[in-house]
Amino acid sequence: MASTIRVRAIANGDTTEVQALIQHPMDSGFVKDAQGQLIPAHFIQQLTFEHNGKGVFIADWGPAVAKDPYVKFAFKGAAKGDELKISWVDNKGASDSTRAKIQ
Amino acid sequence: MSFSIEQFSATRRLVLQGAGTVVLMSLGNLVAPPALAAANDNYPEEAFKQKADKDAIQALYGRTAEASDKVKLDAPEIAENGAVVPIAVTTTLENVTSISFLVSGNPNALAASYAIPSGTLPSVSNRLKMQQTSNVIAIVEAGGKLYSATKEVKVTVGGCGG
Repeated sequence: MASTIRVRAIANGDTTEVQALIQHPMDSGFVKDAQGQLIPAHFIQQLTFEHNGKGVFIADWGPAVAKDPYVKFAFKGAAKGDELKISWVDNKGASDSTRAKIQ
Repeated sequence: MSFSIEQFSATRRLVLQGAGTVVLMSLGNLVAPPALAAANDNYPEEAFKQKADKDAIQALYGRTAEASDKVKLDAPEIAENGAVVPIAVTTTLENVTSISFLVSGNPNALAASYAIPSGTLPSVSNRLKMQQTSNVIAIVEAGGKLYSATKEVKVTVGGCGG
């Protein structure tokens, strides 16, 4: 099964810049469908990036994060060829994770 | 040594009942209520429930923030699409441990909160939903204190499905 997480991590010297795009509806629970029924809230609550078993960026998200969320950050101490582990959990208990090599 | 059939059955029943109870009890402990999302330790549930930005900041950090020009908030003057508003923040402050984004005009002000471990740059770009024209507030926790930057973003098409 293809991952919902697309990530690009590029090392520039000691600094690695990470961009991630995740497929997720991020439904806020405030929007109604065509029949006038509220679409229940369905959004990623926590997104974690790990390098060498250590969390380098942890996102706590609410329903106000846009659909198909994008996030960019940078951290030090990694090198090209290192592995980054990315995982998320949503409010329904679903989750996904993937590993990416730093380029 | 012999048991009568009745005695044996009764004992067996008792043992099974007892074992069953123990199993049920331990199962009860294992099954976490779905709303808890046990995998999300430290998820600031209360902060996300607050309506006003001041209350969300208080729930998240337990203190108030002071405006600082060292917090650089990048947000558009006008958001063409309130459902996807690109917001970024960076800061020259040191020892940053957390960065959060709030949207005052949203039903619940807190949009996102990021933990910045040591070694991670104090810089985040993300995309938020804005229901209406309002302030976007970036909070930076650095050296145990809270700093903020605020920018008004005009929203032409609201991010809650119009």
